[in-house]
Amino acid sequence: MRAVFDRKLNQLRQSFEAMGLAVNQQIQAATQAFIDHDKAAAQLLIDADQATNTAEVNLEQQALELIVLQQPVANDFRTIISILKASSDLERIGDHAVNIARETINVKGNTRLPEVEAKIAVMAGKVRTMLIQMLKADLSLDATAARNCAQQDRLIDQLYQAIRQEIVLANQATPAASLASTSYLLVIRLLERIGDHVVNLAEWIVYSVSGEIVDLT
Amino acid sequence: MQTYQYDQTNICQPTLAPALATRELEVFYGDKQALFKGSLQFPKHRITALIGASGSGKSTFLRCLNRMNDRVATVKGRILYHDTDINQRQINVYQVRRQISMVFQRPNPFAKSIRENIAFALKQQGLHDRAQLAARVETSLKAAALWDEVKDELDQSALALSGGQQQRLCIARCLALAPDILLLDEPASALDPISTAKIEATLAALRHDYTIIIVTHNMQQASRIADYTAFFHLGHILEYSETEALFTRPQIKVTEDYISGNFG
Repeated sequence: MRAVFDRKLNQLRQSFEAMGLAVNQQIQAATQAFIDHDKAAAQLLIDADQATNTAEVNLEQQALELIVLQQPVANDFRTIISILKASSDLERIGDHAVNIARETINVKGNTRLPEVEAKIAVMAGKVRTMLIQMLKADLSLDATAARNCAQQDRLIDQLYQAIRQEIVLANQATPAASLASTSYLLVIRLLERIGDHVVNLAEWIVYSVSGEIVDLT
Repeated sequence: MQTYQYDQTNICQPTLAPALATRELEVFYGDKQALFKGSLQFPKHRITALIGASGSGKSTFLRCLNRMNDRVATVKGRILYHDTDINQRQINVYQVRRQISMVFQRPNPFAKSIRENIAFALKQQGLHDRAQLAARVETSLKAAALWDEVKDELDQSALALSGGQQQRLCIARCLALAPDILLLDEPASALDPISTAKIEATLAALRHDYTIIIVTHNMQQASRIADYTAFFHLGHILEYSETEALFTRPQIKVTEDYISGNFG
């Protein structure tokens, strides 16, 4: 019986890892499309999001089935619950990636602010790095790495405030870019939210390893 | 095959006042040692579950607590009840068992009426007033959540009751003597899920007035009803903590593997 459980738990873990990789690629593609003004790439991304949503539903079904039929406890239980909760965060990150792609399409063809876009590219890079590091910490069940990685969210929050200020000032100087500015504001807000979800992932890694429910924000 | 370190233990000391405590309790069946230095504190008005594989020493330990191993084993160490070590020769075991009562795995009602099952011991103690006896029968059956099911057939044979009802009758029979502590050795293992649920509900209600120590093979049962859980392995108590902690984040690898079904 234990062999069956181990096999199914392993499948669940693999599904989660696959979902993590897919969401990571979504973020990469979405931010890249925004920076490159690539409307076609953005549209592809929007169309592909259904796959992430389906992956999350499948993962939830696997996790719930394991809980009901195998009644796991201790480490097994913590693993399943943390995957279940973390998959919701991944799904939300995927949604945010899609929203960034939508802004790429909205802003295309309007007056733009290249200096602001350069800053957004930097922020996007930091968020991406953070997500990649967190997925690595998750693979190796490294709670210390997860906690350290979560610290980077402070920097993301600072960047958000700074860029926001810059957008407001730049918009005053170039009123024609007001449409682009609203998109920029939204995109940095989405990036900031993605950072928060990555912090949530860290909290579930800590729970999975130690059973401790922590608030790392 | 996994190898374990048995010298590593995680035994909590509950902060609540203890109703009963053991100090380095050891049991020998002839030359064979069945329990090694078991020291546990059982908090008053709480349910404590003892879990572990067959042969882990949990029933042996339980039976020591009201001196039921006296004739079958050598029991060393101390059992403290109201500051008295009740594991001493001069202690009257019948007095001990009036305070610390046992319910067994298989229901064992007397082949008498339901009423007589409860009243028998009371009469032996010299209580003969019919009204008082009737009142004690009623309160005991109510406390064991059996009254509503049997109140119209108190003079029927107890053996005609279902297994679950018989087990609750045995609990009521203990309660009639107003003990302090209830020991239960797998009281629901011979019962169906509905009867089991009733026993569990009964124990949860009794917890307000009694200290309960229960041996169970059913880990879901331990996690449902017990406030504290002790894990026994090969005669050693390896882990003892609040039930929630033991089932969500056990500190000892053997405990983790046992409760996860990843054993041997």
